[in-house]
Amino acid sequence: MASGVKPRVKVPKKASAGEAITIKTLISHKMESGQRKDSDGNLIPRSIINHFACTFNGKSVIEVVLEPAISTNPYIEFEATVPETGTFEFTWQDDDGSTYTESKDITVG
Amino acid sequence: MKLSRRETLLLGAGAAVAAVLPLPTYADAVADAVAAFTGGADVADGGVTVDAPEIAENGNTVPISVSSDGAESIMVLATGNPTPAVATFTFGELAASQSGSIRIRLAQTQDVMAIAKMPDGTFQKASATVKVTIGGCGG
Amino acid sequence: MAQPILSQKTSPSAERRASREESVIKLASKSASYIALAAATVLAGAAMADPDEDQLVINGEIEIVTETKAPAHVENFDTIYSGWRFRSDETQAFEIDDFDNPGMLGVEAALDVWATAEGSEGKSCADCHGEPDEMAGARAVYPKWNEEAGEVRTLEMQVNDCRETRMGAEAWKYNARGMTDMVALLSSVSRGMPMNVAIDGPAQSTWEKGKEIYYTRYGQLELSCANCHEDNYGNMIRADHLSQGQTNGFPTYRLKNTKLNSVHDRFKGCIRDTRAHTYAPGSPEFVALELYVASRGNGLSVEGPSVRN
Repeated sequence: MASGVKPRVKVPKKASAGEAITIKTLISHKMESGQRKDSDGNLIPRSIINHFACTFNGKSVIEVVLEPAISTNPYIEFEATVPETGTFEFTWQDDDGSTYTESKDITVG
Repeated sequence: MKLSRRETLLLGAGAAVAAVLPLPTYADAVADAVAAFTGGADVADGGVTVDAPEIAENGNTVPISVSSDGAESIMVLATGNPTPAVATFTFGELAASQSGSIRIRLAQTQDVMAIAKMPDGTFQKASATVKVTIGGCGG
Repeated sequence: MAQPILSQKTSPSAERRASREESVIKLASKSASYIALAAATVLAGAAMADPDEDQLVINGEIEIVTETKAPAHVENFDTIYSGWRFRSDETQAFEIDDFDNPGMLGVEAALDVWATAEGSEGKSCADCHGEPDEMAGARAVYPKWNEEAGEVRTLEMQVNDCRETRMGAEAWKYNARGMTDMVALLSSVSRGMPMNVAIDGPAQSTWEKGKEIYYTRYGQLELSCANCHEDNYGNMIRADHLSQGQTNGFPTYRLKNTKLNSVHDRFKGCIRDTRAHTYAPGSPEFVALELYVASRGNGLSVEGPSVRN
């Protein structure tokens, strides 16, 4: 696991049924592009978050394939519809095989 | 390598086209990425919004947004990056809009392109030019 | 070439405008090729000269004073501005919500450290200080005279004193990541409070030393802090929109290096850009300079961790 990787998400706690809500996500990650060289001139190997997914009660909201052109500390913002009370699951995949997850509950009333 | 007269002329024509292109692009890499996404289908202009700053204060972190109503997926390309691929959004049934915002790296002044794949198998695209400034004070 | 462009500017006073023109001309006599570049970019950037009119409220609740009357001891301008006002709308937007501010990642990291016991005394920051909120106000008055030590201290020095004296832990490197994160945490709980460093009494001699450094020309380019940040703020230096060089927003998450930067890191970068050998982070010279520069921003809100280009 790359060091210092920590996912964060911002989801409203409440919404009305069918409402479009804005979700913000950010994961601390260096997103080493694989194109930089160290001080000895050796290529620093690529190490990035390459995939992000968000589901709500098991149904897909969005998937994003990320490339090395994504900035350090990848930030993704999007909109979701919440039909009922439930849980958002967020998943980030690292080049090194690690998976980072976060979940947030939302109440529809 | 030996070039025929025709090949030499073609090369010259290519260079001339390159010379009048408004912005530097890695044309082959962009074409390859587009083809991989579209499977060679035609791409119509419009129907996609690319929100990006006219001038980025630093190319290392440029906030952009893309959207295309009803799209299945949207691919974002930085046409002036050595590797143009940036991200591909695929929208699920609970996406409230076919839009997304990300922060990206731009190596130089260039066009950011978004190509949307529609449910009927057609493709549409739009671009936005971002001027990337090279600061006076690196700090 | 630069003159007519500068005279189009809507500067607050003709006097300041005149002093800017004079300093640009001085620069011209230093290096012809340098001024050719500078003039070209001043031309290009004329449309976005002075600070903009945007107002900053963080998280919809913390009002940040980004413009106020200059303190009496600031001789050469009437109004002081946070560097935030010189940034593009896109860069400014990073600071409006803590979630969008990557500098807050450093604050979060420091929160963990705050509550973690370290060193021979088995103490954490929290054991003495409680919640970080209880440190509200500290960032606004540092650098500050420490009577016991008989010196002006920055927050970094005070943090290390705590670590060594009270915790029995090893001192952090002055501009180590963990240190800058901790200063960002301390700054975050003081946001919205006015910068108010003391410059009189026992701090006065340090302040005067800092002032002397501020007005001393350094490096092959022979530039002082004042040449850029007092005479030319609002103008473009190549592609950069020069600010007043205020420190109220530090530590600063820079889009350029995607990490939090301390005040001394930035001083070092500035002096290096004059093509000079720089003082070291934590050196007495930079401590004095930090006190002086901070005092020029007395009245602006503490804003760190801020986001800059």
